[in-house]
Amino acid sequence: MPELTMVEALNLALKQEMEKDDRVMVLGEDVGVDGGVFRVTDGLIDAFGKERVMDTPLAEGVIVGASLGMAAYGLRPVCEMQFSGFSYFAMHQVEGHVSRLRWRSQGRYTVPMVIRMPYGAGVHALEHHSESKEIYYAHTPGLKMVIPSSPRNARALLVSAIRDPDPVVFFEPKLIYRAFREEVPEEEETFPLGKSRILREGNDLTLIAYGAMLHRTLEAAARLSEEEGVEAEVIDLVTIHPLDDKLFTESARKTGRIVIVHEAHRSFGPAGEIMARLIEKSFFYLEAPIQRVTGFDVIVPFFAREQDYLPTVPRILAAARQALSA
Amino acid sequence: MPRKEIKLDHSIEHLSILDENGRLDQDLMPDLSKEQLLRFHRGMLLARRFDERLLLLQRQGHIGTFAPVKGQEAAQIGAVANLKAEDWMLPAFREIAAILWRGTLPSALIIFNAGYNEGGKIPQQQRDFPNAVPVASQLPHGVGIAYGIKYRKKQEVVLTFFGDGATSEGDFHEALNFAAVFEVPAVFICQNNHWAISVPREKQTKSKTLAQKALAYGIPGIQVDGNDVLAVYAATQEAVERARSGGGPTLIECVTYRLTMHTTVDDPTKYRQEEEVKIWEKRDPLPRFQKFLQEAGHLSEKDIDDLEKEIKEHLDTEWSEAQQQMEKMGNPLDMFEHVYAQLPPYLQEQKEAFSQFIEAQKEADHA
Ligand SMILES: Cc1ncc(C[n+]2csc(CCOP(=O)(O)OP(=O)(O)O)c2C)c(N)n1
Repeated sequence: MPELTMVEALNLALKQEMEKDDRVMVLGEDVGVDGGVFRVTDGLIDAFGKERVMDTPLAEGVIVGASLGMAAYGLRPVCEMQFSGFSYFAMHQVEGHVSRLRWRSQGRYTVPMVIRMPYGAGVHALEHHSESKEIYYAHTPGLKMVIPSSPRNARALLVSAIRDPDPVVFFEPKLIYRAFREEVPEEEETFPLGKSRILREGNDLTLIAYGAMLHRTLEAAARLSEEEGVEAEVIDLVTIHPLDDKLFTESARKTGRIVIVHEAHRSFGPAGEIMARLIEKSFFYLEAPIQRVTGFDVIVPFFAREQDYLPTVPRILAAARQALSA
Repeated sequence: MPRKEIKLDHSIEHLSILDENGRLDQDLMPDLSKEQLLRFHRGMLLARRFDERLLLLQRQGHIGTFAPVKGQEAAQIGAVANLKAEDWMLPAFREIAAILWRGTLPSALIIFNAGYNEGGKIPQQQRDFPNAVPVASQLPHGVGIAYGIKYRKKQEVVLTFFGDGATSEGDFHEALNFAAVFEVPAVFICQNNHWAISVPREKQTKSKTLAQKALAYGIPGIQVDGNDVLAVYAATQEAVERARSGGGPTLIECVTYRLTMHTTVDDPTKYRQEEEVKIWEKRDPLPRFQKFLQEAGHLSEKDIDDLEKEIKEHLDTEWSEAQQQMEKMGNPLDMFEHVYAQLPPYLQEQKEAFSQFIEAQKEADHA
């Protein structure tokens, strides 16, 4: 099994799906000759030609809107927003049409498309290149919203997203695009959308995270075990919408103590919804107030301060201790 | 390094075939049979009468807000009459004439306007898109479909309708640009009806014509008398043929007029002069075409009376059909349909909880 970065794993997913299915198309800004600014689509234009790997004009609205047309026509477009911070130019297409066409046409037209975009802070980028606004998409009925956390998982998820009959917004945590390698099997792997996964079992505490913040959370869990003998269960949320609340509400029943970690802003953020479901479904099992470690409700600062904005291992540990002490 | 001129060989053609008095320019007359001409007439008259019926139903409280088509029938029928069944038609929100022409039943439109999504269901064989309410947002979809057609090497064409106001939106520009760059088989039909709600065309853009916007994208653009069904037909025919034979997109500006309100909640007397409306009433596409057909000996007074009667009966039947269908549409749980291919568990839970609540409520009411 080759060891791949997340970028390479995503590239593998696209390449293999395009080989298998001539309906799969890739389009976006600089995705062709340049291979995408993060190289996720590297080499695809050589393998599949410019008809299937389209360097589009610089216009997010029509990239998403035209993808909808292609999807309704029977193709499987995978479009790229160069950065999630520029996807708002296409937000009206996503909210107004992509998410609704199945419903509006009463099932006559469906929109099997994927909107990929790098997101998140931590790579010293310019303004508008560091946001984590998954909630915009998670709040929109008709869409699915997924976020991988490792190369292998990213590849499997992207394959599932491409094959999904509904539109999928696919956030790629750019902080871990190349941060580490992982063995990724050559043969096909999928991961069901709408499912979370347990990465570490434990009885004392449940830590819920996803994307790049999952790795800080895993590190915190390891330290809790080594330094304090506390065994935390760690859940990778994977799909932000629809939420797999079964997994985390069951875990809460086992541990009674919860910490939720994400880099998105706190107010009305994903953690808020997770807490609501925990209260609805596992309230009587909770032994301590639920803790959340999140980005602050401020504009994501320029890179000199972005590490202070992001949840850190010490912040996660502090929240865990708070949950354990109550 | 002096300032130089870059020579651009640009001008905009204006096409008109049938004037306000029903007089024809024989040389420009497209090749159309009597049957085709009479079909155009029926299409326009049906749209006119159905539009009036919808307004009545709206005023009586049977249906909700809608955007009347009165005055724009020629622009819609002239354009859409060029499409084959396998071609694609993307309306904005005022395309009542075009939608009926393509085969949607008046009953479906009534149901839709009465607030039931089911009315928006498009039959499997029909390649029309549902109404798009966000202005200009349907244009990108059209170019995507057209790209699919080109990719699959099919002979189909996409025709997209929109208004003059839509040409100010980013989506209009993005779509035309994209369509031009990829040379897709798309025909853009702008119905310049002179008003975008209360804003006149002159305040929408400084461009002298809307057709000239095509020049910026390097595609053909033409302005036609949009109240002249023959001119619209001829210009669209050229554009459709060009698209079908790989010649890429075209922008057609149909100069027309919205004779009534923007939508049924709008009062046009607030922002436009009655005199202007009077001028355009004289240019009404329907009587002009009738005059032409009568003078050509294709249509008699009696034919018109018979057709009026037939249309009235047809609309009566469709209205009762719509009422019957709507009686079966009371289940609020239907709102959970068609959101996803498969209802996700959390949504299934919401649906079940709501269902139980409704049942309990019913029992309580009966107790
Ligand atoms: C993106 C967007 N902004 C605003 C509106 C509200 N609105 C509905 S129709 C309309 C005017 C449209 O004018 P035009 O494109 O000329 O079409 P017409 O109504 O004249 O047929 C406006 C502003 C809308 N539907 N969509």
